[in-house]
Amino acid sequence: MKILLNNREETFPVDSLTIVDLLEAKKFSFKMLVIKINGQLVKKGEYETAIVHDGDNVLVLHLISGG
Amino acid sequence: MTFDEIRHKLKYKTVGIAGCGGLGSNCAIALARVGIGALTIADFDLIIENNLNRQYFFYDQIGQLKVFALKKNIQMVNPRVKVRAFDIRLCQSDIIEIYRTCDVIVEAFDKPEMKQMIIETVLNHMPDKHLVVGVGMAGWGDNNLIHTRRSDRLTICGDEKKEVSEQLPPLAPRVGIVANMQANAVLEILLGVNE
Repeated sequence: MKILLNNREETFPVDSLTIVDLLEAKKFSFKMLVIKINGQLVKKGEYETAIVHDGDNVLVLHLISGG
Repeated sequence: MTFDEIRHKLKYKTVGIAGCGGLGSNCAIALARVGIGALTIADFDLIIENNLNRQYFFYDQIGQLKVFALKKNIQMVNPRVKVRAFDIRLCQSDIIEIYRTCDVIVEAFDKPEMKQMIIETVLNHMPDKHLVVGVGMAGWGDNNLIHTRRSDRLTICGDEKKEVSEQLPPLAPRVGIVANMQANAVLEILLGVNE
């Protein structure tokens, strides 16, 4: 599966991934994230069920203190 | 575009800024300087001395509400800017109501929960609005880590890495860079890409 993750092309050795799997594979922490798949916001309760497919455009934004 | 042409375009635009601290105050002043027509600003907080290490306030404003002190500072820089100032702690319904008439919204909160809240609110309830967020600006140096990236109508400015903490405080230079990047991204949205 080839996707755009934060504007970079990334390849995974599977056909699809849940968001939870994607976060684990990339070692992204769980706290305070904003996730979009193809422009659609993914709610936190949907991380286990939302699926990323080949060709998808995924945004993972880690929110941290400061401003 | 000449400055006159730019000013003519901007004077019909309104920018909403959520938070009047390090990011919000510096972003507001930059936009006031270039002649934005109107600014809608909101913050519940009071100015303390340490804030002066990065926030666009002055020594004699310590103890005042940030939102009204910022309105005064904006007006001293450019009296033509119309400023609507709200001294409140923003929640989702406030955001929807207060920033309804803005052309672009700038996120300038310090807490990550608030950043998440405004991003979700705008994406879910105000999807036509552009939102410019600031993420990661603590410490000093590391200029080259600071960047801007876009995803549909969401623009992210910052290094997305350096979290503010007691050992890594926010300071004027780096916070100012991110705040001005946000203002610069706002101009790109309002004026189009600079060919």
